[in-house]
This record gives sequence, structure tokens and C-alpha cells, in this order.
Amino acid sequence: MVELQWYIWLSLGVFIIGLMGFLTRRNLIIVFMSVELMLNAVNINLVAMSHYMQDMRGQMLTLFVIAVAAAEAAIGLAILIALFRTKAAGHVDEATELKG
Amino acid sequence: MKYYVLIPFLPLLGFLINILLGRNIIKNRAHWIAVPFVGLSMVFGLLTVRDVISGTVINEDLYTWIISGDFKVSVGFLIDQLTAVMLVVVTVVSFLVHVYSIGYMHGDPGYYRFFAYLNLFTFSMLMLIMSNNFLQLYFGWEAVGLCSYLLIGYWYQKKSASDAGKKAFIVNRFGDFGFGLGVILVFLTFGTLHYLPVFENVSQIAGRTIILLGHEFDLVTIIALLLFCGAIGKSAQIPLHVWLPDAMEGPTPVSALIHAATMVTAGVFMVARCNPIFNLSETAMTVIALTGGITALFAATIGLVQNDIKRIIAYSTISQLGYMFLACGVGAYGAGIFHLYTHAFFKALLFLGAGSVMHAMAGELDIWKMGGLKNKLKITYITMLLASLSISGIPGFAGFFSKDEILYQTYLKGDLGKVLWFMGTLTALLTAFYSFRIIAVAFHGRFRGTHEQEHHLHESPPVMTIPLILLAIGAVVSGWIGIPPVIGEAIGLEHSAWFYEFLAPVVGHPHAEGSHSAELFVMTLSIIAGIGGIGLAFYIYSGDAERAEALLKRPLLKKIHTVLWNKYYVDELYHFIIVRPVLWTARTVVEAVTDIGIIEAIVNGVPRVIGRLSERLRVIQTGLVSHYALWMAGAMFLIIAIILIR
Repeated sequence: MVELQWYIWLSLGVFIIGLMGFLTRRNLIIVFMSVELMLNAVNINLVAMSHYMQDMRGQMLTLFVIAVAAAEAAIGLAILIALFRTKAAGHVDEATELKG
Repeated sequence: MKYYVLIPFLPLLGFLINILLGRNIIKNRAHWIAVPFVGLSMVFGLLTVRDVISGTVINEDLYTWIISGDFKVSVGFLIDQLTAVMLVVVTVVSFLVHVYSIGYMHGDPGYYRFFAYLNLFTFSMLMLIMSNNFLQLYFGWEAVGLCSYLLIGYWYQKKSASDAGKKAFIVNRFGDFGFGLGVILVFLTFGTLHYLPVFENVSQIAGRTIILLGHEFDLVTIIALLLFCGAIGKSAQIPLHVWLPDAMEGPTPVSALIHAATMVTAGVFMVARCNPIFNLSETAMTVIALTGGITALFAATIGLVQNDIKRIIAYSTISQLGYMFLACGVGAYGAGIFHLYTHAFFKALLFLGAGSVMHAMAGELDIWKMGGLKNKLKITYITMLLASLSISGIPGFAGFFSKDEILYQTYLKGDLGKVLWFMGTLTALLTAFYSFRIIAVAFHGRFRGTHEQEHHLHESPPVMTIPLILLAIGAVVSGWIGIPPVIGEAIGLEHSAWFYEFLAPVVGHPHAEGSHSAELFVMTLSIIAGIGGIGLAFYIYSGDAERAEALLKRPLLKKIHTVLWNKYYVDELYHFIIVRPVLWTARTVVEAVTDIGIIEAIVNGVPRVIGRLSERLRVIQTGLVSHYALWMAGAMFLIIAIILIR
């Protein structure tokens, strides 16, 4: 039996890896992957807590998160293709039209 | 059936249809809307007049307009004998002018607009005369002013026309300001604005005083004079007469309808309507009589020397309005209203005749460039001649009976009355002179225009000449319902002065009693004045201008001519004492201090401060998604940290 705290440590680790990737990498695909990592870190947390509290609502919420993540990936890839078509670029720092 | 309700609202409907659909759908068919509505309005108006003659007086509230505490005003109609007379004048002249305009305005690019405004004017004027309270009177009063402005500036591309429109509007502000104060004072004094309660209770406030600026004034006199201020502006009396001659920039049918027959007589109507108030103030009556008498003479002298056919008639209008006020001022309201009624016919006819001449002469206004038109424009000539005979007071024509009654009533009014009567008789001489100056110069003699004008000279189409003929009938016979008893007895006519008996329930009878000999004396002198004026005009102006030019060689006459030609320099005086200081204040105070110093400082200052602040703030918006994410993450940690620490 693995104790709850290990799950939370794992979740925290994955989340921080995701966050760091999201903040530092310029390649848009990697940025998306980092977002997925953060979402899945949350999922681990939800499932672990759900099991610990003996409450199925957490696991149900996980399904929603997965569905949202899928939608987000679809839109994100569409944006990526659109960006590539207009600017021939796959890097986030090349799209700075909203600069104030 | 309450068909009288339809009288004002049919023209309003015509206005709405034409103004909404005229530009794109109705276009040059606008008269098919405007004329029938005004025609129906006239039919209902005349039916209502028939009811009034048979003894029905209507006073009814239709709709509660405003309720606020004790203040209650309704839209309502009071149709009594006075309103009936005005209904005849307004609806008949308005209808004839509408018909005439079909021909006169044919092909004008703003055709639908013209008819829409003309309808709106008819509506406003009818609201004014049919009102049963002061506020609705004030509404109509301002609405006719608006229509007057719109129609004077109808050819707005012409600078002189739009300037004249503004001038008319602004000059009227001076009078209407006083009128508005008068209406407020009536409400403060009586607690109501309906005519009948006010007129019933007005005798109770006689002798009450009001303290203004530390002086004590008679309350009734103040009310009467404030109301009369409005009449001075609207009816173009001295010192606010300057707008009316300039108003001739508008199309000629407008001059005939608004600036001769109806709107400008609203002041006379108002004074007659409020006669219970005016009767209580000797001072106000004297002021009215003096204003009227002086204006009559003053405007007639200016009219002597003008060369613009419409301006001559405009000064004539001011002068005739002076007569009407003179009558009101001596308490002979019936005579004033009678003159209003006859004047409407012959003056509208004079203007429409002038319009017919302009139509034939491609817009020519200078009478010295006309001449000999009587052979080419037969109908116009004959109708103009009848109108001129009427205004000159030749016995048998309408103008004679009304003018004679005014002069007679003035003559009976003590020593001041004698002076005013003398001025009035002198004015009658001048009136005949300038009216027949037009006839002699423009219609007799030889043609002095260009060859092209001579070639195109033609009588107007029937749609224009038929209104002329109908008005000419009015200019001759409309006076026959008010023949003075002294003549009536001589020709064996009973109730010859029917008009005065008809109006007596509203305006009463003048108190002065005179003898037959005095009446005959006044009458003889006024006939001599009229015939003398006509003879003098033909003597000086028949043939070419030689005799007139010879007269101008004399230094004294030359000087008088210069003063009259420049209209006593009143416009220049107003320019100097009003226009220039106002413009100076506008430039140095309003523009420099208020506009630039205060308003622009606020309006431009607020965005400038916001701009400075946002200059700092926009630096953080780099456009890089990672930076935004960093801010988000940082903020998230901060929030979590705050929650944990607490």
C-alpha cells in the first residue's frame, strides 16, 4: 500500500516539470506537452485524493479534465498549424502582435 | 361629432407623411398629400365656424398634457367667435397658398420639404389659435417661429437666406423671452394657465402690486407688458421689426402666408384674446397704442423709397400690423381683428401677385427693372390693382371699412388719440402712395428689363392665378360684413356692422361714443388721404423716373431719402450695440476662457492623464506568451502563499 503523500509528491513533481517546461521552452509543441503534464499532475492528485477520501466525485472530475485536455490539444494544434501557415514559425516568441 | 379636433391634426398628418416619405417615395408629388389635407382642414374649419355663428362655443380639454403638483395643463380647444375669425383666415389663406405653391415651387429640388414645412406651419398656427390655455398658445407660438425659420432659410444654400432665417429666430427670442416670463407670471398669480379661470379672476388682482428690484409695480401692468413683448417680436413692431423685411428671402408663398396673413398677426390675436388682462392696465394700453401708431408711420415711411417689390410689401405689412395694435391699444379690439381679417386677404394677394411677377420675370425683384407689365400679366395686374385699392382704403373695398373703424376709434380716444389718429391718417396717405408706386412703376410705363426677360414674359399658370382671383374677391368683399352704421343707415342696411356684434362676446365693445359728424369727418379725411396718395404716386411715377429724379435733386429731400433708404439706420444701430459686443464677448470670454480654458482643459486633460499612466503600464505587455504565463504562475504562488500564511 503506497501512502497518500507519495502520490502528492509525484503530482507536485510532475506539475513543476510541466510548469517549468511551459515557462521556458519556445517550441509550441513542447509548450503543449508541458500543459498536458500539468493537467495530468492534477489528475494524479484528484484520483489519489478520491481514493483516500472514499469519494468517487474526484475520479469523475478526472474524466472531465481528460476531455477538456483533449479539446485543448485539438485547438492548440489548430492554432499551431495556423501560426505555421501565416508566419512559418513554430515558436511562441515569434508571435508578438499583442505587444503593447 | 367632434370634427373640430381634425382641423389642426390633418395638416400634422400631411407633414408626417411628406417628411418621412417625401425624399425617396413621394418626391415631386408632395402636393397630392399636402393640399388635400389642408383642404379638408379648411372644410372642417368652415363647418366649425358655421357652428360658432349659430351660437356654439366649444371649450374642451382633449388630453392632460402635464401634471406636476398644482401645475396642470391640458391640450384643449377653445373655439369661440375670435377663434372662428382666425380659423377662416388661417385655413382659407393657407389652402390658397398651398394651391398657389404647386405652380410657384414647381421643379424645386426641395419640393416635398417645402410642402412638409407648410403643413407643419398650418398645424402650429391652428394649435396657436385654437388653444384654450397659455402653454399651448406658447407651444404654437414657438412652433410657428420654428416653421418661419425653416421656411425663410428654405434656400439654405444662399447665405443671405440662411442669415435671414437666423436673424428672424434670434430677434424673436427677445420678444419670446418676455412672453415666456409673462406666461410664468400668469401661472404664479392665478395658479392655472387656462384662459377662462384666468380671465374670470383677473379683476380681483387689479391694483395688486409686485416688488421687482426694489420698486413697486402694478401686477397687471407687468403681466400685460410681458405678454405684449412677445407680440412685439412676433408681429414685428418697433423695436423688433428688423427681422420681417429680411424674412423676404424665403419663397414668396411663405411671405404671403406666414409673414403677411397669419403668423405675424398672432401678436394681435394674442392681445385680443387676453383683452381682459390688457383692459385693466391703462399703462399697457397706452404702450400698445403708441407702439402700434409709431410703427405704422415709421414702417410706411421706409416703404416709400424701397425698390425691392417684396420689401415694399413687407414694410407695408409692418405698418398695417401697427394699425391693428393701434386699434387694440385704444380698446377697439373688434376693429383690430377686423383689420387683421381683411388685411390677410389683400396682403396675401399682394405677395402672391408679386410672386406671379417674379415668376414671369425669372426672379426679378427690382421694380425699376419691370414696367409695362399690365398688358402681359393681365390677371396679376387686375388682382394686384384690387389689392392696392383695398389697402389704400378706397370706399367699398375691404381695407376701407377696417382701417376707417380703427382711425375713428382712435380719434375718439382723447388728446393722445387725436395725435395717433393724425399719424394714422398720414400713414393712410403713405400707404396709398407706396402701394400705387408699385402699380405705377412695375405695371405701367415702358418695360425696363432685359430683352430676354421681355421675351419670356408670360402670365402664370391657372394653378397660380385662380388663388389670386379668389383672394381678390376676398380683398373686395370681405369688408362688407363690418360696414359702419353711418354708411349702413345711409344705404338702408340693417346690422351692417355684423362683425363687431359677432365678436362682442369675446372682446366687448369700445367704450367711446362719438357722433355721426365726427365719424364722417374721419372718414372723409381718410378717403382724401387714400386718393391723394394714389394721385401723388401716379403723378410722380407715371412716365419714366424723371419726376422722381428731379425731386431727389433737392438737398432736403435727398437727405430724407438717404435716411429712409437706410431704414433709419436701425440695423446698423443694432449691429453696433448688440451684435458687435456679443461677438466680442464670444471671442474674448466664451471662446478664450470658457471653451479653451475650462471645457477643453477637462476634455483633453482626462485622456492625457490616462495616456501617461498607460504608457507605464503597457511596458509589461510584451506579447510573449511565456511572460504572461510567468505572471500567472507568480500570481498563483502569491495567492497560495497568502492563503497558507493566514
